[in-house]
Amino acid sequence: MSIGTRSTLLHLGLIALLFVLAFVLPSYHQGNLARIMVLATYAIGYNVLFGYTGLLSLGHAMFFGAGMYGLGLAMQYGGLGVIPAFVVALICAAVLSAVVAMLALRTIGVAFMIVTLMFAQAGYLTVLYFGAWTRGDEGFVIAQSARQIAGLDLTQPTTRYLAALVLFSAALLITARMMQVSFGSVLIGVRENEERTRMLGYDVFRHKLAAVIISGTISGAAGAGYAVLFGYVGATFTSVQYSIFPLLWVLLGGAGTTIGPLVGTLFMFYLIDYSSGLTNAYMLIAGVVLVLLTLFARLGLVGEIRKRWVAWLP
Amino acid sequence: MILLETKGLTRIYGGLTAVDGVDFALPQGEVHALIGPNGAGKSTFVGMISGRIPASAGEVWFDGQNVTALAAHARIRRGMAYTFQITAVYARLSLADNLALALRSRDRAAALAALDRVGLADRADQMTGDLAYGHQRLLEIAMGVAQKPRLLILDEPTQGLAESEIEGFNALIRELAGETTILLIEHNMNVVMALADRITVLDMGAILASGTPVEIHANRAVQDAYLGTG
Amino acid sequence: MLEGAVGAAVLALTALGLSLVFGVMRVVNVAHGEFFMLGAVIAWFVATSIGGHPAVGFVAALALAPVIAGLVAVLVDRLILKPVKYDPEATIVGTIGVLYILQQTALMTYGPEARPVEPPFSHRIALPWFEWGENGLAMFYPWGLSTNSYKLFVIGAAIAILLAFWLIMTRSKAGLIMRATQLDRETALAFGIPVSRVYSIVFGLGAGLAALAAVLIVPIQQAHYLMGHDPLLLSFIVVIIGGLGSVRGTVVAAVLIGMSDGIISVFLSPTLAKIIATLLVALVLVFRPQGLFGKKPA
Repeated sequence: MSIGTRSTLLHLGLIALLFVLAFVLPSYHQGNLARIMVLATYAIGYNVLFGYTGLLSLGHAMFFGAGMYGLGLAMQYGGLGVIPAFVVALICAAVLSAVVAMLALRTIGVAFMIVTLMFAQAGYLTVLYFGAWTRGDEGFVIAQSARQIAGLDLTQPTTRYLAALVLFSAALLITARMMQVSFGSVLIGVRENEERTRMLGYDVFRHKLAAVIISGTISGAAGAGYAVLFGYVGATFTSVQYSIFPLLWVLLGGAGTTIGPLVGTLFMFYLIDYSSGLTNAYMLIAGVVLVLLTLFARLGLVGEIRKRWVAWLP
Repeated sequence: MILLETKGLTRIYGGLTAVDGVDFALPQGEVHALIGPNGAGKSTFVGMISGRIPASAGEVWFDGQNVTALAAHARIRRGMAYTFQITAVYARLSLADNLALALRSRDRAAALAALDRVGLADRADQMTGDLAYGHQRLLEIAMGVAQKPRLLILDEPTQGLAESEIEGFNALIRELAGETTILLIEHNMNVVMALADRITVLDMGAILASGTPVEIHANRAVQDAYLGTG
Repeated sequence: MLEGAVGAAVLALTALGLSLVFGVMRVVNVAHGEFFMLGAVIAWFVATSIGGHPAVGFVAALALAPVIAGLVAVLVDRLILKPVKYDPEATIVGTIGVLYILQQTALMTYGPEARPVEPPFSHRIALPWFEWGENGLAMFYPWGLSTNSYKLFVIGAAIAILLAFWLIMTRSKAGLIMRATQLDRETALAFGIPVSRVYSIVFGLGAGLAALAAVLIVPIQQAHYLMGHDPLLLSFIVVIIGGLGSVRGTVVAAVLIGMSDGIISVFLSPTLAKIIATLLVALVLVFRPQGLFGKKPA
C-alpha cells in the first residue's frame, strides 16, 4: 500500500470516526467537539503557513477575525443568508491575507513575526474603533432565527456538530491533497532551504504568497464557521491571545503533520477546560505547555510519534 | 553559437570592486573552467550570471536574450542550473525528495536514474543529513545535472571529495560534455586540466588570461602567479 | 506635556531593557512586559509589608524589585533560552510561555485587583506663568498649571539611570564585554569572554530595567496583573522605530513617542492614534528595518 493511499485512508477513517461520535457522545462532549473541530480548522489554516512553509506568524487572529466579522456584519447589517455571508467572509479573509502578505513577506524571521503581530494588533484596535457596529469587546449575537441553511437549523446540537465536521473535513482534505502535489513539496522546500529552492528555479515569493493566502482564507473560514455555529462575534477573537492559540495547538499536535492540528486543539481544549474548573488562572497551563514543548518536544505529539514509530504519517 | 555572454559585468560591495567590468563569452557545448586565487571574484561573477547576486553594472545575455533584469528563479527556468560552493541540499528530506524537487516531478524512476549517475541510487530513501560530506556534494551535483540544464554552473564541485570520488566526477562531466554547456569554478588543477576545453583566469575581479589548457599552462604570467612551476 | 515626559522617561527605561537584550543576545523577549508587571507587583508587596513612612517602603522596593525580577530572568535564561541555544523561533515561543506563566502566577498570588502604592513624597508644585500687565512683566500661578514633585523625581531618576547606563556601556570593562559579545559571539568566545554568563547577566539586566521603570511609575499608575501588555507593545514600537539594538535610537524614539502620544491624542481618538502607530511600526519594519534613526548597513 503506497504512502498516499495510507494517508487517504487515515484521513477518511478519522472523518468517519468523528461522524460516528456525533451520535454516541453525551451532549456536553458533543458540543465541545463541535467547537474543537472549528478551532482545529483554524489550526489547520495556521499549519499551512507555520508547519509546511516555515513562516511563524503572530497575527493570525486578524484572518480568523476577518472571517468572523465578514460573516457577522454581512448577516447583521447586510441581511445576508448564511451561505452568501460565508462567501463574503472568505473574500474578506483572502483579500486581507493577500494585502498583509505583500507587505510582511518583504521581511524574514523575527521581523516577519513582529510585522504580523503589529498588523493583527491594528486589526484588533480597528474592531474596537468601529465599536458602533462591532460592539467592541462586548460583541454581538447572531440571531438564532438567521442561523439556518436551507431549513437546516444550525443551532440544533447534532446539526451544528455535523456542520463543524463538514468544515473541518474540507480543510483537512484540501490541505492533505495540497501536500501530495508538487505545490506542497515546494512549500516544504522553502521551509527547509529557501535559497536552494530559489536556485532550483522556483518563484519562492509567489509560493509564500499563495501559502499566506491559503492559510489566511482557511483561518477566515474557521472564524466565519465559529460565528455562525456558536452565534457570537466579539473582539476577543481578534486579540493577541487568539494569534497565540493556533501556534500553541499546532506546536502541541505537531507542526507539518495533517492531523497534528486536531490532536493539539483537542488536548489543549480539554486541558484548559479541566483546569479552568480549578483556577481562574487557566492560561498558566498554556504558558507551561509552551515552555515544555519548546524544551522537550519541538516536534509535537504527532511529530514525535512519526519520528519514533510511524514514519509514514502524513 | 554563444550561449552565455557578459558585457561589462561589475559588482561593487561598499567601496570594494569585486568584479570589474568583465566581458566574457561562452560558446554552446563548451566545458569552461574559471580559475584564480581566493578573492578573485569567481563566485561573485557566477553569482551575477545566475542572478543570486545583483549586478552593480553591466549585462548578462543568455541564449540570445538579455536576462539582466530577470530574477534568479526565472533564469534557472530558462535553462541554467547552479550548484552551491557550500553544500546546500535539503538535509531533513530524503535523497529521493531532494531529486523530486530538482526534477519538478515525483517520478521515482527518474529520481533513481539521476541518483544512479553519481552512484547514490541505493541510498534514495536515506535522510540526506545523515550522508557523509562527500556524498552530499555528489547529491548536489546530481541535482544540478537532473535539471537537464543548457548551462550547468558548478562552484567548486570537487571540494571535499576523496580521490576516488573525483575520478567518478571527472567521468560524469565527460559524459555530460556532449549534452550541455558547463561553467566550472575549480581549484584542483588536475581536474581543470582533465576536463576543460577552455580556461579563464580571473584576478582582482578582471580577466587575466583566457585560452586552452595548453595555452594557459604555457602562459608565463599565469604560471608564475598561480600554477607554480610544476 | 509633563505627563508625556513621565511616560517617555519610563518608556525609555523599559524599551532600553528590551533593546539591550535584543542587541546583545538577538533574542526577542516577548515576556518583557511581564517583568515590568513583576516590578510593580513586587513593589506593592514590599511597600505593604514594610509599612511605616511610604518612603521607606519605596526605597526598599526600588532596591528589591529589579533584583528579584532580574533573578527570575536569569533563571529563565538558564532553564529555557540556553537549552534551546537561543534559536530565534524557539526563544519567541518560549518567552510567550513565560509571559503567561508570570502573568497568571501574578493573578493567582496577587489577584485581579489594581492596587496603588503610595508615593514616597508628593507636593503640588505650581508652575509660574509670565504675562505683561500694568506693572510690566508679572509672574503669577494660574490654577491648573501645576505638577507634583514626585513626577519631576521620576523624570530626573530616569535621566540619571540612562546616563549611568550609557557610561557603563561606553566606559567600563563590563560595557566593553557586552559590546564585544554583541558584535561577534564567536570572536568573543575565542577571546575568553564567558558568553554564556554575559547572556544571563544581560537578560537579567534587561528585565531589571523594566522592573525599575515599573517601580518608578507604580505610585502614579496602579499595579495590576495585566499591566505588562501596553509597555511591551510600546517598547516594541520604540525599539523598532529607534533601530533594533541601537541604544541612542531607543532613547530618542522613546522620548518622541512618549511625548507625541499625549499630543496626538488631543487631535485623534486614542484608539485611532494607536492604530496609526502600530501600522506605522509595521511599515517601518517592512521598508526601513534598520529603524528611522539607524544607519543603513553598507
